[in-house]
Amino acid sequence: MEQSVALKRTPLHALHVSMGARMVDFGGWEMPVQYTGLLDEHHAVRKTVGLFDVSHMGEIEVRGPEAVRLVDYVSTNAASRLHIGQAQYSALLYEHGGFVDDILVHKVGEQHYFFCVNAANQEKDFAHIRAANHFAAEVDFTSDRYAQIAVQGPFAMRTMQKLTPADLASIGYYWFRDGTVSGAPARIARTGYTGEDGFEIYVAPDEASRIWNELLEAGREFGIKPCGLGARNTLRLEAKMALYGHEIHASITPFEAGLGWIVKLDKGEFIGRAALAKQKEQGVRRKLAGFEMRGRGIGRDGYEVRFNGTAAGWVTSGSPAPSLNKNIGLCYLPASEARPGRKIDVMVRNQPVEAEIVSTPFYKRAKTA
Amino acid sequence: MSYPEDLRYTKEHEWVRVAGDVGTVGITDHAQKELGDIVYIDLPKMGALTEQGKSLGSVESVKAVSDIYSPVSGEVIEVNETLAQAPEKLNQDPHGAAWLVKIRMSVPEEAKKLLSAADYLAYVGAES
Repeated sequence: MEQSVALKRTPLHALHVSMGARMVDFGGWEMPVQYTGLLDEHHAVRKTVGLFDVSHMGEIEVRGPEAVRLVDYVSTNAASRLHIGQAQYSALLYEHGGFVDDILVHKVGEQHYFFCVNAANQEKDFAHIRAANHFAAEVDFTSDRYAQIAVQGPFAMRTMQKLTPADLASIGYYWFRDGTVSGAPARIARTGYTGEDGFEIYVAPDEASRIWNELLEAGREFGIKPCGLGARNTLRLEAKMALYGHEIHASITPFEAGLGWIVKLDKGEFIGRAALAKQKEQGVRRKLAGFEMRGRGIGRDGYEVRFNGTAAGWVTSGSPAPSLNKNIGLCYLPASEARPGRKIDVMVRNQPVEAEIVSTPFYKRAKTA
Repeated sequence: MSYPEDLRYTKEHEWVRVAGDVGTVGITDHAQKELGDIVYIDLPKMGALTEQGKSLGSVESVKAVSDIYSPVSGEVIEVNETLAQAPEKLNQDPHGAAWLVKIRMSVPEEAKKLLSAADYLAYVGAES
């Protein structure tokens, strides 16, 4: 008999249902996959502003006199180089160099670091960090204390600014500030997973519904739309942002995933360092590459990639790209073949369909003054 | 959206409208909603022979691809060619203008055993 496991819900669950969102199981969480339509929501984020409930994401906090030593030991990027109020993209690795998870590290204070981690990985991440804690540091699992809302798009700042006294323009990309939104304490980070400007805010769960509604009201004049995970996926894919379980997982290293920039081998010892140093010396055998379909079809997660009829790799994510009017995807290929212009065949339901490796990201927003 | 009384439904979310020995086949409103924005529809060629429960083709949305299973057995005698250029019609009028194929049924009694509108509604209600 299959055990039926109750799906977890975010503090905004009842609001999603009342607004007519279609709810799906996403890694054990009952989350909105779309409201009015994936394409509408995608375009709203690229052109105006969109609102996402990302409260399923986990939070883990590290405190204490040796907090920075623990953070630097369990993550690949250099936490010691962060300023207070700054955030960085980083990774937790196993000794063999494969991903435990990809994470955001925020430096809240000299002895306080705040991690945002993937929903489905949060318990695993917490256990992993705790097991590595041979330092004068405390590790707390604080997911229950936060709801997280992402406000993304060219009008994200003007929407948010109506609800906060914090000077949002002065918060740089990958910086954050503790302030208020709608009068409630909030951690306001200029981060996102869409390729657009925007903010991710961390608030108390019991304030989330009120803030959500006030954000919708504040963004109304710009055409704000509540968005589901469907649009979040097409947006992140166009911007070539990795998704755990697809581009990255326990058998993939940051170098293979094109994330060498979050690995600081010169910072001192960390979990996975020896394996990565060796891989750097020897070179990677396979590499993540972007492709565009040339034939009719969409290369999707798990589809085989072939050269001249021989298996050569696999697709990790694939979808129509609503902002580009193309079908795009990411795949792993032998490193020597992962170059723009390389023709590949993607096996779409047992039929080879032609595609071509292209440079990434597929989409890059125009810089505004 | 209501489910027309004159259609018969499958648990795989297709419908068939029977007129004489011809069954017009489509996918249900529930199916198009589950799929979301549809971008490709692959349909069989005219003259293709199909059997009840066999794959007739596929519907692909931005999110996912899904097989279409034939609700009845027979020969495909007409294909809705307008969908190739305008797959979004399937999101707009799944029980009407966006029918997929017409099948000359070889076993007409198959259709009678499919779900009624009320039974289908109860089924998708229970599923979601």
